[in-house]
Amino acid sequence: MASKFINVTLKVWRQKNADSKGNIETYQLSKVSTDSSFLEMLDQLNEQLINEKQAPVAFDHDCREGICGSCSLYIDGRAHGPQTQTTTCQLHMRSFNDGDTIYIEPWRSKAFPIIKDLVVDRSAFDRVQQSGGFVSVNTSGNTMDANAIPIPKTDADNAFNAATCIGCGACVASCKNSSAMLFVGAKVSQYALLPQGKVEANKRVQNMVRQMDEEGFGNCTNTGACEVECPKGISLENIARMNREFLKSNLTSEK
Amino acid sequence: MSILDSKIPEGPIDQKWTNHKNQMKLVAPNNRPKIDVIVVGTGLAGASAAASLGEMGYNVKSFCFQDSPRRAHSIAAQGGINAAKNYQNDGDSTYRLFYDTIKGGDYRSRESNVYRLAEVSANIIDQCVAQGVPFAREYGGLLDNRSFGGVQVRRTFYAAGQTGQQLLLGAYSALSRQIGLGRVKMYNRHEMMDIVKVDGNARGIIARNLVSGKLERHSAHAVVIASGGYGNVYFLSTNAMGSNVSAAWKIHKKGALFANPCYVQIHPTCIPVHGTNQSKLTLMSESLRNSGRIWVPKKKEDADAIRNGKLKPTQIAEEDRDYYLERRYPAFGHLVPRDVASRAAKERCDAGFGIEANDTNEGVYLDFASEIKSKGKQVAYAQGDHNPNEETTIRLGKKWVEEKYGNLFQMYQQITAENPYETPMKIYPAVHYTMGGVWVDYNLQSTIPGCFVAGEANFSDHGANRLGASALMQGLADGYFVLPYTIANYLSNEIRTGEISTDSKEFENAEMDVAESISSLMHVKGNRSVDHFHKRLGLIMWNKVGMSRSEAGLKSAIAEIKGLRDEFYNDVFIPGESNEMNAELEKALRVADLLELGQLMAVDALNRNESCGGHFREEYQDDEGETLRDDKKFKYVSAWEYKDREATNSALHKEDLKYEAIKIAERNYK
Repeated sequence: MASKFINVTLKVWRQKNADSKGNIETYQLSKVSTDSSFLEMLDQLNEQLINEKQAPVAFDHDCREGICGSCSLYIDGRAHGPQTQTTTCQLHMRSFNDGDTIYIEPWRSKAFPIIKDLVVDRSAFDRVQQSGGFVSVNTSGNTMDANAIPIPKTDADNAFNAATCIGCGACVASCKNSSAMLFVGAKVSQYALLPQGKVEANKRVQNMVRQMDEEGFGNCTNTGACEVECPKGISLENIARMNREFLKSNLTSEK
Repeated sequence: MSILDSKIPEGPIDQKWTNHKNQMKLVAPNNRPKIDVIVVGTGLAGASAAASLGEMGYNVKSFCFQDSPRRAHSIAAQGGINAAKNYQNDGDSTYRLFYDTIKGGDYRSRESNVYRLAEVSANIIDQCVAQGVPFAREYGGLLDNRSFGGVQVRRTFYAAGQTGQQLLLGAYSALSRQIGLGRVKMYNRHEMMDIVKVDGNARGIIARNLVSGKLERHSAHAVVIASGGYGNVYFLSTNAMGSNVSAAWKIHKKGALFANPCYVQIHPTCIPVHGTNQSKLTLMSESLRNSGRIWVPKKKEDADAIRNGKLKPTQIAEEDRDYYLERRYPAFGHLVPRDVASRAAKERCDAGFGIEANDTNEGVYLDFASEIKSKGKQVAYAQGDHNPNEETTIRLGKKWVEEKYGNLFQMYQQITAENPYETPMKIYPAVHYTMGGVWVDYNLQSTIPGCFVAGEANFSDHGANRLGASALMQGLADGYFVLPYTIANYLSNEIRTGEISTDSKEFENAEMDVAESISSLMHVKGNRSVDHFHKRLGLIMWNKVGMSRSEAGLKSAIAEIKGLRDEFYNDVFIPGESNEMNAELEKALRVADLLELGQLMAVDALNRNESCGGHFREEYQDDEGETLRDDKKFKYVSAWEYKDREATNSALHKEDLKYEAIKIAERNYK
């Protein structure tokens, strides 16, 4: 790894808490290794701020290997920054040039209110999941053998691809309508594709769509920005499948 | 002298759990809603426990410091989960999984717990499939398996390189269902600050709301700690940034013994360290050892030339490569257990054959070229092309590798800017998992009555070294299939207790103590950041309590940590206030506990005058550098009782390990 060092100017959204007004602050940061991840660059900024006895920038992060979905950030106008299929924690400073000015903002969506600086409240996603994102099976040592129902490999693979969603919210942040259809579509699809999920399919899609609307997410107008910005490459097909499931449930539901 | 009663049930090993389940007391469904249970942590163990207890009808309160329970670090587990299903017809059985785990742990785990783990392993796969976890399947629609280190069967179930994610989302979905039904109350962005004991029993916790900074009192009839491991004591590890020991350490300070703290797993295949601003290390799944071959150059001058950029690995001829694992351990080859593979890498790098151009030259190659060729040929053959040309072979081989490990290869390329399909991966061992943890009896209860500990946070199942794909198995076994039974047995005495008030003196005092410790840290107002101290602690731990340990090194570590701790309490600077979201304060509170734990790890390692599993004492090795165990003197669990901040004052209690179902033997993978 041939590392080199660059200097950058950072324009960062600062907001003390949910009730206060925020603004963009400018910081100079020098000697950033191009091998550093974007979050390690922010660590370096925070170390500098702490040494100057200033308040460090708050941002969500945890696993730093692209899977927990904690990290977010709108970087130069794009969710998770300039690279496709990359979370912010996996974005590296070699994607930037010496002398660059980088804008860093939180997710912007009514359903994701700001808590502090770059930290937003994504619990709306949890509530959508709680409304139906599960198979109603209790813990038991006596469910049927795991191989009792063969599942075609393509169905299993498609269910898995939908299930790789990390719940980061980039789809919502990228959508001009703040729609959560990609997130909800992925969850609905995972279960709709598997025999275990089919039993409750009608109820699930109705409940999850209702909760999604109640949380204040917008509607889908098929711009496809969500798919482009999704760090896990979740496909728009999942939205189409959710729409089919929704329509089907309207037509076939007993209620 | 021992206060330890492991409560292992009577009877033959394969009957213990069944008999115990038949004899344990129950709580009737109508009484369960009168009983509160707190679960701290929402990883595999915590989420599965909270969901199961909620389903049973208890009032559950679940806590996580992340913004959602779905983000607990189990999510990052890559390779797979073991289960003795024998779907692959290669002679697997409950006994064999049990045997492999005991041997893998270098005969330092509790036999009865491990057997139970193997016994319930098959149920876990059934449960997860029923929940809609999309495991990898074969074209016939049945579940696929692969092989992991330290075993000679294929018993590992997986979902590409993100099995942990899929299992955790399964447990999270079960938990979400209970939250939606009102059976579990979820507290996101809350961190446990202390346990509250009333009359010696666990009766609740003090938690800090990480958004408002407010301290909260929560009462319960039992408390489950499922807060994960303590690998972050090394600063650089594969753990998440927020992973910490604090919940486990707080109960340790209140009377729970802490067992085998020196047993740390250093994972052989991680991306090497690149610079001083690095915040964490990234694992490349052990599953890659199914397909990759590990090597370094045979000649030192070649290693030098590679480090100086004058030679590329692909230019080193086959006969000039040292596939050292194949050479040293022909029977298991690249699938030797993790501790063995890690030490072998260190041995080569220490001898001057490391290939990474970092400060320490620490790195070896993990090469997929042979696998790409051989799988490419197989795929071509299956497609009817019985004599494929080189180009077709390589193209099909790369596609095969991509299907199996695509996300890992992508991650590697993101981090290193090198393409592992074209040039071998560079890897080196890194801290990954901690086998030690809170001492628990067979019921997973700590030495504080009513306080149970599950998953990586307890010590019981992996001895001195954990086998790959067994952490997921243990987390879910504890949460789905063990705790729901053993907690009921304890709670059967609580049906008359009634609601527990949080207005008692005990809660008030506990909250006051927490407030005081926060305030004293805030008031240090020194000159150094928390990370400054954490990084220094990490270096001491890695160099002296890491992959190899010596008496002199451990003694100096104990003294250095003490000095560092004093410095921390005099010179740490925490900006902001305690009554707001304050990440620096959160870190400081965690590092304060790590500064005590690190010392205990060194004390434990110093006490254990033998080498076993991940614990390698330089004084105790044979001529070939293999570990020398001392079963006469050290066939016991070291369980430490907290006295004060100085770990050298901790009192040692010993649980003797008895092996009845297994013949204790030398651990040999040759």
